[in-house]
Amino acid sequence: MMAEILSVSFLAGLLAATLRMATPIVLAMLGEIITERAGVLNLGIEGTMLFGAMTGFLVTMSTGSAWLGVLAAAGVGMLLALLMAFLVVFLGLSQHVSGLGITLFATGLSMFVYRLHFGSPTVPPTVTPMTKVAIPLLSRIPIIGPGLFNQYVLTYAAMILIPAVWVLMYRTRIGLTVRTVGENPMAADTVGGNVNLVRTLALVAGGALMGIGGSFLTLAHQNMFLRDVIGGRGWVAVAMVIFGNWNPGRGTIGALMFGLLDGLQLRLQGWGLPIPFDVFLMVPYVLTIFALVSVSRRAAAPAALLKPYRREVRG
Amino acid sequence: MDVHSTTGNTPAVAMHGVTKRFLDNVANDSIDFSVGVGEICALLGENGAGKTTLMNILFGYYGADEGTIEVYGEPRTFTSPREAIAAGIGMVHQHFALVPTHTVLENVVVGTGKGLFLDRAGARSRLEALKERFRLSVPSDAPVWQLSIGEQQKVEILKALYRDSRILIMDEPTAVLSPSETPQLFRTLRTLTSGGRSVIFISHKLHEVMEIADRVVVLRNGQKVHERSTSDTTVQDLSRMMVGHEVRSNRTEPWHTGGATVCRIDGLSVEDDKELPAVDDLVLELREGEILGLAGVSGNGQTELCDALFGMRLPSAGAVRVVDRHGTVRVLEPGRPYAAVAAGMARIPEDRMHTGLMTSLTVEQNLVLESHAAPPWNRHGLLDWAGIGTHAEELIGAYNIRTQSRRERAGSLSGGNLQKVILARELSTNPRLIVASQPTRGLDVGAMESIHARLREERARGAAILLISDDLDEILQLSDRVAVMYEGRIMGEQTGGGIDREQIGLWMSGVVQ
Repeated sequence: MMAEILSVSFLAGLLAATLRMATPIVLAMLGEIITERAGVLNLGIEGTMLFGAMTGFLVTMSTGSAWLGVLAAAGVGMLLALLMAFLVVFLGLSQHVSGLGITLFATGLSMFVYRLHFGSPTVPPTVTPMTKVAIPLLSRIPIIGPGLFNQYVLTYAAMILIPAVWVLMYRTRIGLTVRTVGENPMAADTVGGNVNLVRTLALVAGGALMGIGGSFLTLAHQNMFLRDVIGGRGWVAVAMVIFGNWNPGRGTIGALMFGLLDGLQLRLQGWGLPIPFDVFLMVPYVLTIFALVSVSRRAAAPAALLKPYRREVRG
Repeated sequence: MDVHSTTGNTPAVAMHGVTKRFLDNVANDSIDFSVGVGEICALLGENGAGKTTLMNILFGYYGADEGTIEVYGEPRTFTSPREAIAAGIGMVHQHFALVPTHTVLENVVVGTGKGLFLDRAGARSRLEALKERFRLSVPSDAPVWQLSIGEQQKVEILKALYRDSRILIMDEPTAVLSPSETPQLFRTLRTLTSGGRSVIFISHKLHEVMEIADRVVVLRNGQKVHERSTSDTTVQDLSRMMVGHEVRSNRTEPWHTGGATVCRIDGLSVEDDKELPAVDDLVLELREGEILGLAGVSGNGQTELCDALFGMRLPSAGAVRVVDRHGTVRVLEPGRPYAAVAAGMARIPEDRMHTGLMTSLTVEQNLVLESHAAPPWNRHGLLDWAGIGTHAEELIGAYNIRTQSRRERAGSLSGGNLQKVILARELSTNPRLIVASQPTRGLDVGAMESIHARLREERARGAAILLISDDLDEILQLSDRVAVMYEGRIMGEQTGGGIDREQIGLWMSGVVQ
């Protein structure tokens, strides 16, 4: 067995799977970081990903273009985020309840729209999945080459987005305003920032990333839509936000660990060990719980997270 | 007198006939207000006089219902702080609008600049120049939570200066400062005005106003009642204008002389949430059959004093001695709310919704909040609901509490009836000692009168009452003795017929004769 683990093809395959399995988590996590940095917890993430996965699949199937599918997934993610913004930013309702409500709503809606189109087929319909793109030269490096540089475009995009979101948050004027809104909305308001607009835009940007993250699962990872295709990855992304202390770089470490274990468990299942495959499925999620426990004591959430903003009325 | 003539030119800000209503309450009633270029103008008034509202209108937080605003002679209407900032107005709020986890530099530059990226180098050199010029030394890269309150205030001033504010509104800037930090702030303000900037200084402290301001505008109950150069006015004048000059209130009842001491507050010192001294070596004695009125502008340590007496805040020094039901003197165990209950202290807290009651519980549950854990309501760990119900019905009748039933959720009662629930609970045990903080705040006249009548009855029964109120009329109407609290200390005390409203007003403003 050791020989098998250390074989070149196994390692390259595992490396590739790590990045691939981390891709949807990274995309959704970045979306959630942007949103939470502005002071809004979007628990609609799981439902938004599922709706993105379904919409991406449907649009790809009817247009034949996976890229139109991804675009549509981003679009519906933004629409659901606007609904969330209406509930929690403008009406000031509980972010927990509204987010969970949106997840329930989007989950039901995904299944409903899917059934409208396909009924209940015995064999689920499939699309032509996206193809991997090998980067010239780099992909020729042993182990690392096929592992890192022969991936889906969305995976490359997710990896580039990690530093991009960091730069956005910490090196741009917009990022400073977003973080100020999430920490002390009154401070943003008194220097002329529009708190509710910033929060809405952060939700919309985050929603787009969540939708795209969902579509990766039906257009690249798999080529079909199944009810449990997201499988709690939205919740994992929320956990990774906390694990990463609301920082894209550190959250990515968590997402990659999840990807590694997810890739590993897929391989272990194939070895025919006398253990139910459910145990392997559990492994990445167990890790998530441990990761959370290890950092939650020093987690520093944005101070205004969960708090709707209203100007005080003072005499 | 034309108060604008001193500056000669167009005033920096001129507000005409500004009116603002909140529901039925007129916060600003047709106010004219102006500040000259290079002038420090104080806006003086008690809490709720309308100072902050007027400035929030100028800063674009609220729209005015009526009236006009001119900035450097140009008519302006601000619908948001952004527009006010662009017109050169900056405001330093009493509660700082800073992000504790961000650095000084980040707090200063947020919302400024052009382009996509933060120009840290450019911002830094600009900030350093401002710090140098106005001698405001704060470390640019330290997170704000590490700074003292005085330094945080400097960050707020730098924030305004960084945005080229020519007109700076300071909302009670000295309220949060330690005494040693105040002179430094005043030096900064003078530097600002000598460079042609204007400062609006909101305060209720007379000696500070006399020291720093060129001119003073006094507001009372939403109206402008006085406007003078500080050189043309006296502390006495200002005090009279601020608290109102109704002749000694229409008190018809005689003053009572207290009996034996029931409670002695001995050298009590308490810190506020920011760990600054709020109550400072306070001494008070409460006597049988007497109401001691503790007057003072709110925010001078009354809340912290009450918290300490009620066992909700740990004093840093001193002791409270209480004579309990059995006549024994006991030292109140600090920081334990139940110690106050056990010693027989009736507690009427200023925040009736959050501290005094549990609004999600029923009226009858609220009526036994302090007694439900012991007999007769609690036997072998079970509550005697029948007994509690009868008890509640009696109290509802006796205190005339308007409620659908004793099972009504307390939160649905009106303010006056909520206060009656508290009074019923606290007074039904015939306490020897009653501490009532702002007992009629926000209540209508009818409810106010019934609560006053109840306190008088308790005094007649022999209770010692400490009445803490920022309503001077209420204090003068009820109290047999009046003490004035200012910055955590007792400024002075007057008894019975010797109570002099004007003197009390001066003490409230921190003026010592």
